[in-house]
Amino acid sequence: MFAQLVEYLQYPFVRYAIIVGVLIALCSSLLGVTLVLKRFSFIGDGLSHVAFGALAIASVLNLSNNMLLVLPITVISAVLLLRNGQNTRIKGDAAIAMISVGALAFGYLIMNVFSTSSNLSGDVCSTLFGSTSILTLTSGQVWGCAILSVCVIAFFVLFYNKIFAVTFDENFAMATGVKAERYNLMIAVVIAVIIVLAMNLVGALLISALVVFPALSAMRIYSSFLKVTICSAVLSVICALVGILISILAGTPVGSTIVAVDVLMFGICYLCGMVRGR
Amino acid sequence: MAYLTIRDLSLGYENQAILTNLDFTVDKGDYLCVVGENGSGKSTLMKTLLGLTPPIKGQIQWGDGLKINEIGYLPQQTIVQKDFPASVWEVVISGCQGRMGLSPFYKKEEKLTAERNLERMGITHLRNSSYRNLSGGQQQRVLLARALCATTKVLLLDEPVSGLDPKVTAEMYALIKQLNDEGITIIMISHDIEAAVRYATHILHIGGKVFFGTKEEYKKSDLGKFFLAQEGGGF
Ligand SMILES: Nc1ncnc2c1ncn2[C@@H]1O[C@H](COP(=O)(O)OP(=O)(O)OP(=O)(O)O)[C@@H](O)[C@H]1O
Ligand SMILES: [Mg+2]
Repeated sequence: MFAQLVEYLQYPFVRYAIIVGVLIALCSSLLGVTLVLKRFSFIGDGLSHVAFGALAIASVLNLSNNMLLVLPITVISAVLLLRNGQNTRIKGDAAIAMISVGALAFGYLIMNVFSTSSNLSGDVCSTLFGSTSILTLTSGQVWGCAILSVCVIAFFVLFYNKIFAVTFDENFAMATGVKAERYNLMIAVVIAVIIVLAMNLVGALLISALVVFPALSAMRIYSSFLKVTICSAVLSVICALVGILISILAGTPVGSTIVAVDVLMFGICYLCGMVRGR
Repeated sequence: MAYLTIRDLSLGYENQAILTNLDFTVDKGDYLCVVGENGSGKSTLMKTLLGLTPPIKGQIQWGDGLKINEIGYLPQQTIVQKDFPASVWEVVISGCQGRMGLSPFYKKEEKLTAERNLERMGITHLRNSSYRNLSGGQQQRVLLARALCATTKVLLLDEPVSGLDPKVTAEMYALIKQLNDEGITIIMISHDIEAAVRYATHILHIGGKVFFGTKEEYKKSDLGKFFLAQEGGGF
């Protein structure tokens, strides 16, 4: 089996897949803690559906690079959803449900009506759940992904302390002169970028898992923000790596394999947390 | 000029006024206690002062060279999720954020401030503990240390002793008094009229009737006599 792995690793597309997978897993785990604690996870979920709808439009339009359409649409939705969600919580929730289900329905409808592809259900399935498509990435896509990832990581490191402040206690932060709204907006935009990135890897429906599971796992074990953040990044990278390797060796779909490993990891962390007596 | 001047202030939510026509001033070194029944709008007043809730009408003027990012705040309930992972140190030093503008990392100055305030609140030994596992009294001290990181001038405290036992309550009052003696202006919301009259220099009573004046004037006023006569003095 090991020999088989070494043989696979000689193919550039396999190495690309691993690089991209690890970068995406790292990015998505970084903001996961904030997302979970701010109860923004539902926004992540809603956005992934929006991204699916946008992708459907892009694929029907036959765009050469569908990121050019998907990224702006998702970012704009993120900003709008956040605006809405802040004023009145319940209405915000409902708005997100409406938008996400609506985007899903329209996305599928558009693909169904306009698509010229012969394998429609295959296409839909792969946008929703991810596919082996990560193994067909070109070096251009890898570079795009790497650049976006570096931006996300840089943002996170530079604004880490501010993200903590607005996540822990937004009112206090605002009262003492922190521009919390500005940072919330930035967080929303970055989340949108991460979701679009992660859609390549695990598909629209499984993104939330990639964002939320490592954070939840780390929160079982550690109880300081810094440790939780680092731990969730490490766990996420490990799970992505293991998941991709398994999927290469066993021929399973990449996205669901990674998420399955994440779920398993959460189980382990949960038990660890219980053993440590919390 | 006074630290804080309130002129003809009306406040509330979505144009539903809760309080109207408030007038009062707070000078440097004052200890103002805001008292009133549940739901009379004390917390709303504080949020309005801090700019978290827009006023419906009137003026809030911070003066005497005081900037909005030089105010410390202890919220009534910090709605932190029960399982929020944060160490005491992380919480306390986050109080420095307001002054830091865009600079991304804490420097020596901020770290020193945080350390000094941990010491001031007597919680240096809790530095690496997890905030969520602390007792109510300890959590309150942590939040007070955070507020002190944000200011050396004015503290706004929203019911700092709610939920604390009598002993810890007395300690907390003593601590706040000590801060006031050190020159920090205090604006505190309290349910405990007796303590308010004991520690404060000025009283603002809101609710059905509004009173503002020094505590001596309050003790002589009809409103003050009425509430102080009630057993325990609390609401
Ligand atoms: N976000 C809000 N939107 C609309 N109305 C609100 C909001 N928050 C509070 N209120 C209302 O404003 C009134 C005053 O509330 P506030 O919290 O200021 O009272 P309080 O004096 O602090 O009471 P307590 O002693 O219980 O803390 C209450 O009637 C409350 O229902
Ligand atoms: Mg209140």
